[in-house]
Amino acid sequence: MINLAVRDILYAWGKFIFTGLGLGLLIGVTFTMAGVYRGKVNDAEALLKNSGADLWLVQKNTLGPFAEPSKVHDHLYREIFAIPGVAQAVNVTYVTMQVRHRKKDIRTMVVGVDPGVYAELGQPQYLIAGRQITRNHYEAIADLATGFKLGEHIKIRRNYYTIVGLSRRMVATGGDPMIFIPLKDAQDVQFLKDNTAIIKQRRRTSENPVFNRPGVPGLLDAVITLQQTNHFVNAILVQTKPNYAANEVAKSIRRWKQLQVYTNTQMKKILLGKIIAASAKQISMFLVILALVSAAIIAFIIYTLTLGKIREIAVLKLIGAKNLSIIWMILQQALALGIIGFMIGKIAATLWAPIFPKHIMLLTSDSAWGFITIMMICVLASIIAIRAALKVDPAEAI
Amino acid sequence: MVNANNKRVVFIEGLRKRYGKGEAAVDALIHVDMQITPGEVVGLVGPSGSGKSTLLKCLGAVIEPTAGRITLGDEVIYDNNWKLSNLRALRRDKIGFIFQMPYLIQFLNVVDNVALPSMLAGRTNKEARKQALALLEALDVAHRANAMPSQLSGGEQQRVSIARALINRPPVILADEPTAPLDSERALVVIRILNQMAHQYKTAIIIVTHDEKIIPTFKRIYSIRDGKTHEMTGEGA
Ligand SMILES: Nc1ncnc2c1ncn2[C@@H]1O[C@H](COP(=O)(O)OP(=O)(O)O)[C@@H](O)[C@H]1O
Ligand SMILES: [Mg+2]
Repeated sequence: MINLAVRDILYAWGKFIFTGLGLGLLIGVTFTMAGVYRGKVNDAEALLKNSGADLWLVQKNTLGPFAEPSKVHDHLYREIFAIPGVAQAVNVTYVTMQVRHRKKDIRTMVVGVDPGVYAELGQPQYLIAGRQITRNHYEAIADLATGFKLGEHIKIRRNYYTIVGLSRRMVATGGDPMIFIPLKDAQDVQFLKDNTAIIKQRRRTSENPVFNRPGVPGLLDAVITLQQTNHFVNAILVQTKPNYAANEVAKSIRRWKQLQVYTNTQMKKILLGKIIAASAKQISMFLVILALVSAAIIAFIIYTLTLGKIREIAVLKLIGAKNLSIIWMILQQALALGIIGFMIGKIAATLWAPIFPKHIMLLTSDSAWGFITIMMICVLASIIAIRAALKVDPAEAI
Repeated sequence: MVNANNKRVVFIEGLRKRYGKGEAAVDALIHVDMQITPGEVVGLVGPSGSGKSTLLKCLGAVIEPTAGRITLGDEVIYDNNWKLSNLRALRRDKIGFIFQMPYLIQFLNVVDNVALPSMLAGRTNKEARKQALALLEALDVAHRANAMPSQLSGGEQQRVSIARALINRPPVILADEPTAPLDSERALVVIRILNQMAHQYKTAIIIVTHDEKIIPTFKRIYSIRDGKTHEMTGEGA
């Protein structure tokens, strides 16, 4: 027996290819959406891994430092060392801000890290070029995604920084690439407002007779210095000793200090929770819409093609074709359309993923699920056409 | 006239067909009697709406008659009720259909259009195509075997549909105004072919027509009027 579906597809191949192309691009967009989501999750995992931390210490009752603002005194970290199981502890700050580069502003997350001594904690662990930050001032590691190059100078607030290292896939959950600078500079950056704000505050302070007393020289300067110094950080990263369980160390810290302690696993949950809140809903909405749109496209084209063959179907029934063969013919065409769409979608997503600004991860498992879903949509979409075909009376052929 | 001792391939007695129910009911066939022997070509004539197509549909097991009896060969297929459960197989194996319009499957080429009923009957593609080619040869259209139906002329298409009707060697072929879209010269060619095929394969053929040029070719004619058949001897006898 010849395959009627294949023969009809070959006969009307133009319709199939063009419908498949449209469907495929739609499917490609969905794969990309899913890929962006997977990419974000992957970035979050990379971020945690690259920080080198086992525990994250943040302000009590917050989900900091990424999901919520967190403020911790910068002297606390020294006391953490006293806790058994703590190998290292360092301060870190995070602030999202514009960085000026070649007359262009780029939104980044500026991370303040302790240079030198604890280079394995807080600073990116894997650099694709250059070195880690060793000086206390004006050095920076930029993520590749910023587009900055080694040796370039960038302006953050009032100061210029030299790029000494380049990292990869260090991006905040919002997608902003990270720039690492020395902690002291970062604390200033976080605290300081722009020049005019500083000048204004200075003027207000000096105009205040309480601070500016002719009889007490040096008071005004001391007050201004105090106003400009920031004694807070956003989190303390802790590395545990090899033979200690991170959970146990976390327990001791919680008992001892007024800090919120998250293990890497908990931190991952918080990060993913934030990502999921932002994009999972969007993606699932998109998936639902896409499912409906592609079902409508497939249903419409299969129905149209079937209506165009009503006479042929009547003749087929008259000369003894089984209803099942006719159902199978329509079903095969719907599935073929789905397969064409899937292949075009997969190829399109694979081709355009690298040129997307975001990190896109195309997982085989996502493709497999996508394929199964498309096939099910095809089956559902062919129901209307099948019903029309079953209603055809062979008597209509005579 | 039919010799009563001749074997009958089609035997219809008192066939009735009523469409619809109650007030809207239409009595398309009131009393139809008909008998045809193998290899015989009979004409079925009558004004439009007289029930010619209805009779073919009943005989072709496409619609269900209301009453009467139909015997195909030795088998009573209808006796106030269908006597078979698989009408689809009956149509496939025992009946060939030729329509006013050729109604070929547009997405299949000529040879596969002809071979399809044979494939549906379970023969391999190769066997079926071989049979189909032989028939196309006999009908003088073998040179178009690989063409698509849309590339054929009306006369060629009708020959292809004759080949399709013949391929399973059915004892009966039902042709509903097969020459209507053709000019009279081509129409006569088609009738000659049908006569030839009937003779060669011992197929009984019923041809519905109201073509004045064709009617004289029949040896026997059934005229149908007000749902009743009248048997006549044709000029072709
Ligand atoms: N499906 C149907 N339902 C109701 N009436 C029908 C149907 N088919 C045919 N008829 C009626 O039955 C009569 C015979 O029709 P038909 O067999 O098509 O005649 P012919 O082929 O001789 O022109 C006509 O009156 C027609 O209107
Ligand atoms: Mg008719």
